[in-house]
Amino acid sequence: MEKVLMKGNEAIAEAAIQAGCKYFFGYPITPQNEIPAYMAKKLPKIDGGVFLQAESEVSAINMVYGAAGAGARVMTSSSSPGISLKQEGISYIAGAALPCVIVNIVRGGPGLGGIQPAQSDYFQSVKGGGHGDYHLIVYAPSTLQEMVSLTMEAFDIADLYRNPVMVLGDGMLGQMMEPVSFEKPPARELPEKDWSTTGCDGSRKPNVINSLYIDPEELEIEVNKTYKKYEVIKENETRYETYNCEDADIIVAAYGTTARIVKSVIDMAKEKGVKVGLIRPITIWPFPYAPVEAYADKDHVKAFLTVEMSMGQMVEDIRLGVKNKKPVHFYGRTGGMVPTPDDILSEILKIVEEA
Amino acid sequence: MMKVVFDKPKALSDTPFHYCPGCTHGIIHRLVAEAMDELNIKDKAIGVAPVGCSVFAYKYFNCDMHEAAHGRAPAVATGIKRVLPDNIVFTYQGDGDLASIGTAEIVHAAARNENITVIFVNNAIYGMTGGQMAPTTLIGQKTTTSPYGRDPKMTGLPIKMSEMLATLDSTYYIERVSVHDVKHIKQAKKAIKKAFENQVENKGFSLVEVLSTCPTNWGLSPAESLDWVKDSMIPVYPLGVMKDSDE
Ligand SMILES: Cc1ncc(C[n+]2csc(CCOP(=O)(O)OP(=O)(O)O)c2C)c(N)n1
Ligand code: SF4
Repeated sequence: MEKVLMKGNEAIAEAAIQAGCKYFFGYPITPQNEIPAYMAKKLPKIDGGVFLQAESEVSAINMVYGAAGAGARVMTSSSSPGISLKQEGISYIAGAALPCVIVNIVRGGPGLGGIQPAQSDYFQSVKGGGHGDYHLIVYAPSTLQEMVSLTMEAFDIADLYRNPVMVLGDGMLGQMMEPVSFEKPPARELPEKDWSTTGCDGSRKPNVINSLYIDPEELEIEVNKTYKKYEVIKENETRYETYNCEDADIIVAAYGTTARIVKSVIDMAKEKGVKVGLIRPITIWPFPYAPVEAYADKDHVKAFLTVEMSMGQMVEDIRLGVKNKKPVHFYGRTGGMVPTPDDILSEILKIVEEA
Repeated sequence: MMKVVFDKPKALSDTPFHYCPGCTHGIIHRLVAEAMDELNIKDKAIGVAPVGCSVFAYKYFNCDMHEAAHGRAPAVATGIKRVLPDNIVFTYQGDGDLASIGTAEIVHAAARNENITVIFVNNAIYGMTGGQMAPTTLIGQKTTTSPYGRDPKMTGLPIKMSEMLATLDSTYYIERVSVHDVKHIKQAKKAIKKAFENQVENKGFSLVEVLSTCPTNWGLSPAESLDWVKDSMIPVYPLGVMKDSDE
């Protein structure tokens, strides 16, 4: 298939359009501004397509909520402070079990933070973010090609499970350029959107999109139903990649941009006589705990190291997977600082020395 | 044979209202439903229910309904209308919802001349949460969060949403009505019907502000409440057309 050189943010936008997304509601924030700009250019040229710049992220996500309820394929994108504002709407969308795609091109925080890449929205993305018992399905691509294919698939997965899906990138992935091809994901059989509010047309009973259950028993039943759905998602949609783990002394866990950097560290470590493997979650919710534990059980693995562009958020999930079977170390940079291969290598060598 | 002289509108479901005795939310629901019946739009209508006493509006209107977060109904309605421009999309919002937490959403839906119909129920108080001060609470009015009477030095003056929105060049139609007596109920009905008709005719953003009662939180009887609307609210919130682009 033909490859085109594209900027990460534009590749996401094009992938969404090719996946059938006709509606986009957003609000400007660096470093994701190329996504709405691309949508603004392309969507009005598509029959029925709508790009709308909302007055705030709060409004943007609520427009998504309405459009998703009306049965549309719809997307929004933002970066960290904007995603914080969207959390109210995300909770409602999850509560009403509506499909949509939310892109977060993460920048350093907290607060206004900075505009450089970071991974400090991990907790916000996978541990809730908004109020209540719910989860997003969260994809963490590490190449632009993967960003394209996961964005395309995100729409199907959202429709399949009636759940909001987040594509979690960072400023680095959003701004870099790589050749990508837009191959459609394998076709899935998707359920009909017979629940959507499209006007009942006299032919069916009115549909209601809602997340309010005043009776606590009813709410508990609803939440339990959703959590059963999550079990199916965990079973079927957990994704990860391992690289050089088969005889590794040390396994590094990293996702997204950081995982790319770790891949180059693996060869550098080999030259120093240290066998390093990488475990890279592709879905960070559901999290691939099982493979982490499987490697923790291997005799050749002496320790784990989690590398993140944060103060240590995913490391908690790695610890849950490792179950105290092996030591888990952490190395992180934050605020928009990106760790260099040398930084990571010296952490690895430190661990080897201590072991 | 007996002749039916009064019947429930088709656009209302059989679910009994939960509103307090004497609350005029019920009357306003009925007017909205009658307008939908008369225009025969129930089957292509999608209503957006607010957070507030009318949170269960999605149970009462016999059409597709979408529940919104507090104040966000105009944004939700925008999302729906942009996907389904041929359907009829309306919001039903209280004053806390529309004039406080959701001010940005209503101003910008109006500024976009979003082709939706907004029913804005102003009872000068937060009903659902037990009678706190609203941006529409009158000067001197006692609420649980203005127990000594609303003091403009502390909390500013009541916001006249209709007047404010009418200053936007883009809005199509804005009228303030009341439902404190039969004459005014009839006028309110006309305004609500026009607000829907405008949407059918693709004219643009239409809002009807309806002065409504909250006997429970005003601490007045239903009859006294109707008088309070007439004597205390209308002088602050004068009735009439604020803007009609047809004229
Ligand atoms: C984000 C958020 N903040 C606060 C509330 C609590 N709350 C529910 S209804 C309401 C006020 C509603 O007042 P109004 O819109 O005037 O409607 P009324 O009940 O008077 O009809 C508030 C503050 C909420 N549900 N969500
Ligand atoms: S609390 Fe007030 S607004 Fe709410 S139903 Fe009762 S009377 Fe009506």
